[in-house]
Amino acid sequence: MYIYVFKRVLLMIPTLFGAAVLVFLLMRLIPGDICVLRLASGGGGVDPQVLRNCRAEIGTDQPMAVQFLRFIKGLVTFDFGKSMWTGRPIVEEVGLRFQLSLQVAIMATITAVLLAIPLGIISAVKQNTWIDYVVRAFSIAGVAVPSFWLGILIILGILITSKAWFGMPWMPPITYVPIWVDPIHNLSMLIWPALATGYRYSAVATRMTRSAMLEVLREDYVRTARAKGVFQKLVVRRHALRNALLPVITIIGIEFAFLMGGLVVTEQVFNLNGLGKLFVESVSNQDYNMTQALVMLVVAIFAFTNLTIDILYAWLDPRIRYN
Amino acid sequence: MAIISHPVDQAPPRPSRSAVLWQFCRQNPLGAAGGFVVIVMIFMAAFADLVTIHDPTRNNFGAMLEAPGREYWLGTDQFGRDLYTRIVYGARTALMVGFISAFIGGTLGLVLGVASAYFGGRFDLMLQGVMDVLMAFPLIILALAVVAIFGTGTANVIIAITIPFIPRCARVVRSSALAVRETPYIDAARACGFSHARIVMRHMVPNVFAPYLVVMTAAVGQAILLEASLSFLGLGVQEPVPAWGLMLRGGAQEYAESAPWVAIYPGIAISLAVFGFNLFGDALRDWLDPKMKV
Amino acid sequence: MKTSNWKSTLSVLAGVVAVSAWTLPAQAESPKKGGVLKFVVPDEPPSFDGHKETTFALIHPIAPFYSTLIRANPEDPAKNEFVCDLCTEMPKAADGGKTFTFKIRKGVKFHDGTPLTAKDVHTSFQRIIFPPQGISSARKEQFGMVESVTLADDETVVFKLKYPSGAFIPALANPFNFVYAKAKLDADPRWHEKNVMGSGPFVFDSREAGALVRGKRNPNYYHEGKPYLDGFEAIFAKTQPLRVQAIRGDQAAAEFRGLPPKSRDDLVAALGKDITVQEMDWNCVLLVTPNSKKKPFDDVRVRRALTLSVDRWGGSRDLSKIAVVRAVGGLVFPGHALATPKEELEKLAGYWPDINKSRAEAKRLLKEAGHPDLKFTLSNRGVDQPYTIVGTWLIDQWKQVGITVDQKVEATGPFYASLDSGNFDVTMDFNCQSIVNPLSDTSKFLPNDGAQYGKFEDPELNKMYEAMNRTGDEAEQKKLMRAYEKRVLDEQAYNHITLWWYRIIAHRSYMKGWKITPSHYLNQDLSVVWIDK
Repeated sequence: MYIYVFKRVLLMIPTLFGAAVLVFLLMRLIPGDICVLRLASGGGGVDPQVLRNCRAEIGTDQPMAVQFLRFIKGLVTFDFGKSMWTGRPIVEEVGLRFQLSLQVAIMATITAVLLAIPLGIISAVKQNTWIDYVVRAFSIAGVAVPSFWLGILIILGILITSKAWFGMPWMPPITYVPIWVDPIHNLSMLIWPALATGYRYSAVATRMTRSAMLEVLREDYVRTARAKGVFQKLVVRRHALRNALLPVITIIGIEFAFLMGGLVVTEQVFNLNGLGKLFVESVSNQDYNMTQALVMLVVAIFAFTNLTIDILYAWLDPRIRYN
Repeated sequence: MAIISHPVDQAPPRPSRSAVLWQFCRQNPLGAAGGFVVIVMIFMAAFADLVTIHDPTRNNFGAMLEAPGREYWLGTDQFGRDLYTRIVYGARTALMVGFISAFIGGTLGLVLGVASAYFGGRFDLMLQGVMDVLMAFPLIILALAVVAIFGTGTANVIIAITIPFIPRCARVVRSSALAVRETPYIDAARACGFSHARIVMRHMVPNVFAPYLVVMTAAVGQAILLEASLSFLGLGVQEPVPAWGLMLRGGAQEYAESAPWVAIYPGIAISLAVFGFNLFGDALRDWLDPKMKV
Repeated sequence: MKTSNWKSTLSVLAGVVAVSAWTLPAQAESPKKGGVLKFVVPDEPPSFDGHKETTFALIHPIAPFYSTLIRANPEDPAKNEFVCDLCTEMPKAADGGKTFTFKIRKGVKFHDGTPLTAKDVHTSFQRIIFPPQGISSARKEQFGMVESVTLADDETVVFKLKYPSGAFIPALANPFNFVYAKAKLDADPRWHEKNVMGSGPFVFDSREAGALVRGKRNPNYYHEGKPYLDGFEAIFAKTQPLRVQAIRGDQAAAEFRGLPPKSRDDLVAALGKDITVQEMDWNCVLLVTPNSKKKPFDDVRVRRALTLSVDRWGGSRDLSKIAVVRAVGGLVFPGHALATPKEELEKLAGYWPDINKSRAEAKRLLKEAGHPDLKFTLSNRGVDQPYTIVGTWLIDQWKQVGITVDQKVEATGPFYASLDSGNFDVTMDFNCQSIVNPLSDTSKFLPNDGAQYGKFEDPELNKMYEAMNRTGDEAEQKKLMRAYEKRVLDEQAYNHITLWWYRIIAHRSYMKGWKITPSHYLNQDLSVVWIDK
């Protein structure tokens, strides 16, 4: 088992390295110079000496190879350096935003799981009945409806309903407070993006649960159990569910990783100070260090999530280990 | 003894095309509905000038934010432009971007996936590694980076959306191609001395066509969504070109309360389009190979 | 009784009556102390250094922490007069208008308790006007007339100019000219980029990256009785609908940049008397700048055709409903003494009252120049209010003379980079100034100005501008300004003014004491703002 884990960890390294190379190259392909952006942003010339100083300070005057080596060295020593745009340490800039994105991701996952698993099971058990069609339509709608539009509608809905019920329009808070400091403020802010995202997320998971359950329900041992006269619900619960959960966990895990940096548009709609918004800003500011750090963070989360799932699989199904 | 001759060497009569279609519709009502939506959309986009009366980009401040009525079927936006017309022309943008990205991305993915599965070994490993790296980036992040490099605008959006699709399509095609590669007739073809190209084109590609088609239809829906997201962020298609995501950016949140049609109809258009493509794609997959896992 | 006594008593009485009549309305509403003011800011500043930055996103959250030497009068900020902040009284120019001597107030303390003296003022202005190596000062050019800044003694700073200039005092009053502590600057000349320590009405409390900046009351503020607030919270909210919703849901009391008319109407409809609206013309204007170095925009006929096809009068009526633009004007802030009256304006290209005639002329010019089906790309900045909205409108206007335009929209940073590099056909441009000072505000239209992107040569314009600035006679200034404007907008059509902006501030009625100005940079130290709850 440990050998398997070790091998899988080793396999992560080329992925991470590849991602580092890719993001490094991508950033340097973007036309423009952050020093010019930074200092000439008022419209007006910049003193060439000041530009030179700026470049020397952030290191863009070095040849590419040197910049790349510095970047890799920073990654390996967990020293992510300073943001080129604000000059502050990246860890400080990312800290609060990471917290927020993580909380939204977790809340969206919980919403998704609470929706997807029961719906998927019902849909599978009652396959090709009208219940199945309704659930399938509901879940496909989740993938089809743009989450930012859903967000706009939710905000509109909140406005209208609060006005109708309380006479006064109520808006969710716009500043983030960690959940242990003020849970009500925090939840009343983050529940809405969590719902908007969770619905979409649940759509994918519902479909997965349904097809996994369908697979398992067709298996011989289930038919045997049914033939033996075991109660339908027991069959589902004890036998089918456990085996169906494996691919579902996979999907949930993979999607979770994408929630951590991919919520760009939702964050814009709800004005969340999260990683997605930071990412868009750092790309448009051409802040190489920040973008690189963020991308590596997202890729690392993705790789670790995959690793965790693979290990879980291997632990639950010993056949996989010996592959 | 009566000799009853069974025309065994006669193949059973092939069902006619319309019969096949009818069977598909009956077995997959949802898919048929999706297909219908798609066809209507394509028709409207192609014949946009015939199904609309107003100009999609002419400003007409006299008719600003009009409610849906007889003259403006779905209302007007803040520049006085007819919403229905803009949605129909927006379908052109959406379909164009969707089809081109899905097709190029899917086909390149097909080529890479099949090549990867066929040649195997280190080539496969290397390609897999590259694909893994690309897949580890959330879709929108890769698209954003491409837009930052090439700029905004329709052509660049297509590039930005195509690139993240290639590894995803390649991954799907590869797993099907791997299965095909294990079959005996590929080995037989090698033994016959057929060239790589011939084996790939004649034997492998046709057999992975089903997953290729399915992943492409799914990709069209995804592409439409991604284009809408990019336009919503202001990084995609620019004014005054009609595009659904752009229409939602334009005034949707600002005018949502007093003129909700500006916020609602473009969103419905996007959802319907993606819905249609997804339903159709799902049904296609179920019909072509029910056991196939995508 | 002697006559003089009688007269003096009368005048004193009259004075008392006048003063009480003047202060009486103010006494009816006496400011309450306390409360934390929350407001939303559309953007986040990259650093905290006022000398380096040019964005309003720095002023709104950071100006309350600092003092300046002189400033717009907080009691009447729209008026074009300046009062002392750190000085004791506004000096009169000596030595033929070339020397200004400022005496600094006694008893001012920085937030860390150290005293503020003329040394700190002197060092700060040295940094602004003659920045040391590696320090970026965005307003260096504005002080081109300054020869030296010297420290006469511990309480006096002397500015010596090379030549008398009406632009000096307004430049000095620029709200970005924070007075920093010499001790901090000596220790680390770039300390203020990431740290805040001033002498202003509020003390820096905390910053959450990407989210907000907090300040709390300075108990040792040298303007007695102020500030009234206990503190403030500047929340960064990048999308406009969200800012409006924040005010609507009372998550914030105000937004100090400006809202479009529709948002104002929505807020008024929703909140009634809980919302107060202040509006006035804004010292900001969007212009269209063709690249005179690129064909066919080197041909004056093409440039004139571009400006002739735009219906500004109609646009003013229409766009003012959905965007923060309104007034039709020339180079000078509408309503200012130097501004061109309507009858004169209507003679300039693009301002003709008959738009059909104007467009016919545009088509004729294009045909004559050999470009009847002109196609080009408009470079624009990715900010909706009002950049992309005006862009969409312009494209529609040009379409009506047969010109096909598509838009290339970039974020602020890359947009400026494109401007600098000259990598555009025609670009959207802007002229935003703080204090209304047309003589220096119109320097933008000079061919060699740092903010001129048209890439053309025209020594005649320089001559006109110089003459305009050197003469002290108002009538002469008007005449020269008229000629200058005619050459820029009409004869050569180097830059085309579109519409002047209109500032609409809709804030919660419990926020009092804040008065609107023509500039979103002015009067933001919040020292006179109070909350009535």
